[in-house]
This record gives sequence, C-alpha cells and structure tokens, in this order.
Amino acid sequence: MNIKENIKTLVIKKPLKLDCGKTINNFPLAYETYGSLNKNKDNAILVFHALTGDQFVTGINPVTKKDGWWSYAVGPNKSIDTNKYFVICANVIGGCMGSFGPSHKNPDTNKIYGTDFPVITINDMVNAQVNLLDHFEIKKLFSVVGGSMGGMQVLQFISNYPDKANTVVPIACTSNHSAQNIAFNELGRQAIASDHNWSDGKYLYNNTLPDKGLSVARMAAHITYLSKKGLQEKFGRKLQERDALKFGFDADFQIESYLRYQGSVFVDRFDANSYLYITRAMDYFDLVKQFDGNLSNAFKKTKAKFFIISFTSDWLYPTQENKDIVIALNAIGADVGFVEIKSDKGHDSFLLDVPDFLKTLKNFLDKSYSER
Amino acid sequence: MKTEYKIIVDLIEEKTRVLDVGCDDGTLMESLKKDKNVDARGIEISKDKVQICVSKGLTVIEGNAELDLKQFPNDSFDYVVLGQTLQAFVNPEIVIKELLRVGKKAIITIPNFGHWKVRLNLLIKGTMPITESLPNDWYNTPNIHMCTIKDFVKFSKIINFKIFKSLALTNKNISNITNSNLFYKNLFAELGIFLIEK
Repeated sequence: MNIKENIKTLVIKKPLKLDCGKTINNFPLAYETYGSLNKNKDNAILVFHALTGDQFVTGINPVTKKDGWWSYAVGPNKSIDTNKYFVICANVIGGCMGSFGPSHKNPDTNKIYGTDFPVITINDMVNAQVNLLDHFEIKKLFSVVGGSMGGMQVLQFISNYPDKANTVVPIACTSNHSAQNIAFNELGRQAIASDHNWSDGKYLYNNTLPDKGLSVARMAAHITYLSKKGLQEKFGRKLQERDALKFGFDADFQIESYLRYQGSVFVDRFDANSYLYITRAMDYFDLVKQFDGNLSNAFKKTKAKFFIISFTSDWLYPTQENKDIVIALNAIGADVGFVEIKSDKGHDSFLLDVPDFLKTLKNFLDKSYSER
Repeated sequence: MKTEYKIIVDLIEEKTRVLDVGCDDGTLMESLKKDKNVDARGIEISKDKVQICVSKGLTVIEGNAELDLKQFPNDSFDYVVLGQTLQAFVNPEIVIKELLRVGKKAIITIPNFGHWKVRLNLLIKGTMPITESLPNDWYNTPNIHMCTIKDFVKFSKIINFKIFKSLALTNKNISNITNSNLFYKNLFAELGIFLIEK
C-alpha cells in the first residue's frame, strides 16, 4: 500500500516568497485534523510540530504505525480535547511526511531537489501553514500551540498574523537559537554530511541512504532532549543483557543500547536532507533580530492571551529563554501567564506523561475557551 | 473571604489594572475580577499555586517579586497589591520602590509585630513570639523583616512615600489609623493595610 494514500495534502497555489529570496508555488502541504470544526468555526487549534514531528499528532500514525508524537496531550478528554476542539497540524515545509521538501522532485528539472531545495525558515513554515485557515474558512483560531520548534512557529505565527489566534501557547522554546543549540544542530548535520552515503545530498539517486550519519545525529540530539538526572535514574550504569563488561565496543551499557535503538528507528521514518533543512531553519530563527533587537515589538499588534510553559530540567531551551518571552510581553502590558513545570524528563517533558504539565495546559485552554 | 481581601477590594476602583504580587491561589484576583471588573494579573512564587490560578482562568506568572517586578514598565498598573509579604523580602525598601514604580498606587498589608500578644509573648516567655498570624519558629520563618504598624509609618518618612489611607484590622473590625490613635492601633491591630503613593 502506498503510504501517501493516508496523507491529506493541500496544494498551495498562492506564491510564497521565501526568506532566501526564492518564490515557490503549487507546492504540497500535508496535514491532518482531529475532532470537528464547530458551526462558528471558532474552536480550531493549530498545533505546530517540533524538529522530527509530523502532522500525525495523536492516535496511530498511519505511516510509522506508532503512537502520534503528542498522544499524551491531544485526544478525547485530554489536554487538547478533541471532543471540544478541532485540531489541525501540518507537516512543515522542508519536512518528509508529504509536505514540500528536499525529497520532492523539482518540476523544472524533474530531478529530486536534495540540497538544491531552497533553505527554508520558521517564517516560511508558518507562512505556508496559514493557508490552512483559508482552506477551512477559519477567520480566527482559538489557539496556536507548540513545543520546541513548534513553539518557535507559534511565536512567529502570532507575530505575522496578530489577529488570527485568541490564545497563544509556546512551550519549551526560545525567541532565538542559542550558540549551544546551533552547535548541537551542527553536530547532527556534520554527522549526516560525513556519512559517505550522503553523497552531497544526492543519495536518493544512489539508493543508498546515509543511515549511519542520520542515526548518529539522532543519538546526539536525543541526549539533549533528556536530563542528566533522568538518564541516571533510568539507566545509571546498568548493563545491557549481560552480567559483566565485555571489554569491547559493543553496547555494554543500557544507555548505549537505548541510544543505538533510538538512532536506528529514526532512520526508518526520517529523511536526512529534511533533517539538515529543518535544523537550519531552527538555527536561523531569531525573532529578536527580526524586530531590531526588541522582542516586544514582535507582539505589539496582537491582543491574544499568551501562556508560556517551561520545564525545570530542560537545558536545551531553559526556563530563562522562555522567561525572556514573558518579559518582552510584560514590557508591553500583554496578557501573559507563565509557569515552569517541575520535571526530570528534560526538554522532552512536553511530549511525555508529565501530569502537572498536561493538567495545566488543559486548564489554560479550557478556561480560556469557556471565557472567550 | 478573608476580611483583609474585602478591604482591599473596597480600596480598588472599578475597571482598573491591578497586579497582585504574591497572589497565592488567586482568591483576591477572582473577587477583583468579579466585583470590580478589574484587569488582574498576578505573580506567585509557588508552582502549585500558579497552577491553581491557571485552573481558575487567572493570568499569573510564576516569579519572585524581588527579581521579576523589574520587567514591568513604569506605571503599568493602577494598583499593585502586596499582601502580608513585605516582611519576607531581603530588601523591603527596593520592593516598595519597585511597587510604586510599576503601579500608580500600591496597597501593602503587614502583620503587626507591635500587637500586644506579640509583645507579651516576648516579655513573658523571653522567646521569639509565635502567634496565629506568625506561626513559625525564629529559625524557619520566612519573615526576616518583621515590622510594626508604627515602623511602617516611620518608614514612609524615611524612604519618602505617601500613605494615602491607613487602616487597622482588629478582630475583624476595620478602623482608620490616625496620628493620634497610632499608639493604640499599633498595640491592638493584627493587621495594617496601607494605600500608598510615590
């Protein structure tokens, strides 16, 4: 069965001028929806996915056959209650789950783009996705929600379209990528590029995938999503299916085996060039610079209600970076709430079963919805 | 609702912008919204309390008044409320100045350390007073800068702010504090409530 059968796609006819200067049109935007749009069309939530996410937010992902990436938070009676809200999520452009990306063919040359695909930005991603509002004839979303890179899209979205959402929930994110974040992304990109099979991005012609490089990229990144304490408690120095060290380079430790597994399953579902493009988009994200050094100006035009959430053990997008957004909003008297959730699960906390987080998100959305 | 909150609600005019510093579980903010149609914001240091506020639909940021007031521009609120926490700050002077920078007016309530029970407690027992409103031992109390109603009035002259209205709460009865009754109020009031300005 062709997996594409399970992917809903909107072809965006309207030309989109990208930040890199190129213009794209007639490009596909793959999306999924959950719940149903009410008569007034005022119960829609646009969810933005993170680096390796996709449009299959919850339920079983029809392509990977695994649970959707935000199954803990999205679904009937969950934080983002699909009995109540109409949830839309699109695969970002540059991605590999059906939206216009580097594994697509260039219509001009009939060749797969590879690294000839234009460099895209977070701004380009949200400018592509805003077309979904027209498609569903939604004038104003009830909320825009996302964690990590999804949170960056949330911030960019409300900055670009200040009257298109009532509530704004950026989670575990930042207004610009720190040197440390860029460094980790570069490590991932270099791991891919140094895999011989990558072939300057033309691997789809050779039928040899840069699996090794992509899996190392994923392993390195995965560490940054966890916390030292979380890792220590889960794995410590436990050995992997053996009683003693083997004095070799097999995966002696459980943590090694775990990371190798994470790397190996990732390559089955993700495209190496998409990884390059999306990490680049994150690195280029700098909402502060877009507004000449004053983040407050990004939010001056909106009356939306913000709620910002960070996690104590998140060292990739630490509380202070989330708080900088709160500070910028308070500086202009915006309606902003903020909470740092206690969790040992690191940056990944927003994706996991962290009851305080899930409860707080639900409370914020449901209360705001009933008071709208 | 606590009498203290009722008094604060009465002091605040309708449809104003209010920041509740140390807003606890949001009880005061709720009544301000309901009774006075106020645009209420809160700062609260406890994560659990912030989560309770969120569940009530209140706009609250998790934070510490000593660190987080500085993010608000001058005069961004009509009133800033600080309920029974002035004594817990490292530097009450800076906090009061920040309250009056951020707010056009501030409402500060202080548990009165000059109350006769407190005085008697120290006099008779010779140990640090423990009362209903001051239940902690000296070694685990968050209250590091206790003051009396008289101290607070004196402080207004030292660091130069105006006391617009001063009220005493004694056995759930509210009365005005004046220059002439200051001695008695300082002896009998459990709580002082002050509306202040720059």
